[in-house]
Amino acid sequence: MSSTDKLHEIRAIIVRHKRWDLVFMAAGMFALMIAVLTFTVLFAQMIIDGMPRLSWDFFTSFPSRRPGSAGILSAWVGTSLVMLVTIVAAVPMGIGAGVYLEEYAPKNLVTEIIEINVTNLAGVPSIIYGLLALGLFVYQLGFGQSILSAGLALALLILPVVIVTTREAIRAIPVAIREGAYALGATKWQTVSDHLIPYAAAGILTGIIIGLARAIGETAPIITIGAMTFIAFLPPSLVQTEFPFLSFEWLTSPFTVMPIQMFNWVSRPEEAFQLNAAAAGLVLVVMTLAMNGLAIYLRYHMRKKIKW
Amino acid sequence: MTAKSPAEISQPRRLGYSYRRNLRERFIEALLFLTAFASVAITLAIVVMLVKESYEFFQHVSILDFLTDTQWTPLFDDAHYGILPLVSGTLVSSAVALLVAIPLGTIIAIYLSEFAPFTVREIAKPFLELLGGVPTIVYGYFALLFVTPLLQKIFPELPGFSLLSAGLVMGIMIIPYVSSLSEDAMRAVPMSMREGSYAMGATRFQTAIRVVMPAAYSGIAAAYILGISRAVGETMVVAVAAGMQPNLTWNPMEPAATITAYIVQVSLGDLPHGSIGYQTIFAAGLTLLLMTLSFNIIGHILRKRYREIY
Amino acid sequence: MHESMVVHATPTQYKSEVRDLSFYYGEFNALKNINMALHEKQVTALIGPSGCGKSTFLRCFNRMHDLYPGNRYMGEIILQPDNVNILASNVDPIEVRMRISMVFQKPNPFPKSIYENVAYGLRVRGVRQRAVLDEKVEEALRDAALWDEVKDRLNQLAFNLSGGQQQRLCIARALATDPEILLFDEPTSALDPIATASIEELITDLKDKVTILIVTHNMQQAARVSDYTAYMYLGELIEFGVTDTIFIKPKNKQTEDYITGRFG
Repeated sequence: MSSTDKLHEIRAIIVRHKRWDLVFMAAGMFALMIAVLTFTVLFAQMIIDGMPRLSWDFFTSFPSRRPGSAGILSAWVGTSLVMLVTIVAAVPMGIGAGVYLEEYAPKNLVTEIIEINVTNLAGVPSIIYGLLALGLFVYQLGFGQSILSAGLALALLILPVVIVTTREAIRAIPVAIREGAYALGATKWQTVSDHLIPYAAAGILTGIIIGLARAIGETAPIITIGAMTFIAFLPPSLVQTEFPFLSFEWLTSPFTVMPIQMFNWVSRPEEAFQLNAAAAGLVLVVMTLAMNGLAIYLRYHMRKKIKW
Repeated sequence: MTAKSPAEISQPRRLGYSYRRNLRERFIEALLFLTAFASVAITLAIVVMLVKESYEFFQHVSILDFLTDTQWTPLFDDAHYGILPLVSGTLVSSAVALLVAIPLGTIIAIYLSEFAPFTVREIAKPFLELLGGVPTIVYGYFALLFVTPLLQKIFPELPGFSLLSAGLVMGIMIIPYVSSLSEDAMRAVPMSMREGSYAMGATRFQTAIRVVMPAAYSGIAAAYILGISRAVGETMVVAVAAGMQPNLTWNPMEPAATITAYIVQVSLGDLPHGSIGYQTIFAAGLTLLLMTLSFNIIGHILRKRYREIY
Repeated sequence: MHESMVVHATPTQYKSEVRDLSFYYGEFNALKNINMALHEKQVTALIGPSGCGKSTFLRCFNRMHDLYPGNRYMGEIILQPDNVNILASNVDPIEVRMRISMVFQKPNPFPKSIYENVAYGLRVRGVRQRAVLDEKVEEALRDAALWDEVKDRLNQLAFNLSGGQQQRLCIARALATDPEILLFDEPTSALDPIATASIEELITDLKDKVTILIVTHNMQQAARVSDYTAYMYLGELIEFGVTDTIFIKPKNKQTEDYITGRFG
């Protein structure tokens, strides 16, 4: 075979192979388009159905038998209070565990078990957390079908997210910072609390926001607890006029949350209720998108700003 | 720790051990350990709770019946406790979801990691993340009120609830999980390996399929496993769009309850604590946990192997 | 071609000629107006201090820089016998890489079996017949002096080989496709002295089959394996000629300083 023949053969092969490059490029863009299109259609569908229902009254009315006058007041108040419990429970636990695993944990069996366990917890279906909360919080500990039980269930659910992002944020801080602190005579905890946690704060915050965005949309564990779906009253107020001015009665109050309210409306056969579901869904999606968007922005911003 | 505080340097009383400081450090470490160990406690609590209630349940129902009976009617007078109908619903809807999510997720991952220009990647990645953050109840609404009517135009005989429509939407919902983990795994493949392939005259496609994917194999497999356990454990999409009737079928065009949908159905009613109906959801939950747990363990082993390669 | 730069040791043909080559990483001018030639079936060594652009120069020969955005070539690299400028924008870099192979600084076997690593280049070219693959794999492994060590475990993962064996595997991988030029980018910098010696011996043997261009930071290595040597500094080609001349009687003061160790 002469060298020009060989060259021609090589060229033919390249042309053939490059066709696959093009085919795959097209497939890749097609796959991305499916994702983009689905999201667009979903969003558009909800805007078309739900937008007309969105009014001030929708946010300030209780659910009702008449779809036209039903609203999400008890749902968003419930969601806010449940999230409050979730934050109070999950944030200190998650940061503590993240700091321990990254800075303190010795390399031994117990640490390894904890680490494997955190990864596995992240893969446990959310409804299982609901069953745990039902058995443990609702009945065993007697919290009942309350805001407290729901908030704790969601806290357990998002704990792995907070732990993992805390660890990643702390790991990204160079050893030189730690050595600098130790060289000035700081103790381990001083190094952690004065340097590592503050410097990792933006990263940790990102994790908390992502976790909360997930918790806000979670429906299954709260249904499992047995949250009622028709709640036409608000929990007792957080503040009171008498000493000590703060009341914790709301913790044990029955409640409903946004996704439950939406589920309730979706499962009604009347179309008018399904429009309510679209409106509630729109509020929910905008809330979670805003939170996730904030988290993504924070992370992006951090990557640009902090160059260790 | 025998660090010198500024006070001690200016006023050198002693450079010895400070008991108070040491005690405080120990106390904090113990506290932090407890928070970390809490995750193990949660797992134990989950297992104990599920096993305890399931044990009560299996006092009334034999394991053999549970695994072989083809009917699941625990709330009827003629009660049957065969988990198979729920398992079949779970597996069929998951299979449909994975048939969507795994091919599309993998293609997106390869495209983003090996083909896409920088700007496309920078836009697509956060977008996919947002897609993964949409609440599942919203996807359920979408499946029931948009996808099902659309599918009914193609298959007129499709019922209002179907495993197909729930599975399809679940598949799209899972794409971000599959694509983002797979892409991470592929990006972790060292550039030198790609250069080796390009230096041999390979095209992008050949390099991606023959070198990068095999090198990232374990990470990609781990992404698939996560996708599987997501699909199996997904609740709201199936509860809303696939129906709540237990139905032993392998046909995605039929309505059928999954394990998760059954738990939702029972929870919506008012079953007294301690009744057999109450216990069934724990037995169902235990089955679900065992299914996802085995997937997670496989995933963990794969991830571990994948770390060892480089 | 600047004739003054080329000194004939033995009468050989040019395999490749570099004409007025400049290269830019974005704004940074990494190679400045280089002119030289590769003699057919000879070993040419590129030496010079770190950062002088010798690896950048080497990677121009198989258009590796095309993989990353913002890189720009100016000038020509002419490949003989077809007298084509491989840097021209209408020349497919993949075609160039099919004709010019490369061995990297650190061994970079693929996560595949020994056999599949060597067969990769052939598979990329669409060869499927087992008999052809078997024959070519064995030939390449023999040429890379690795056959006897691995013939009983061709299906094992390539990662299980030692560093020196991995590098010889990468050489076999590059040889299996009968390249016209073989590029070596500091091939022994990650290896121990014994493995280094075996690779150097191999390079000398391969000269009969293929034109070789090797980047090395080790001057002794250049003196041992090469017929021609080019000394580069800060992206410029300072001196190019027959290796013996360069090492014994360099014309340029800078080259002399570097070779005698008075540099920097």
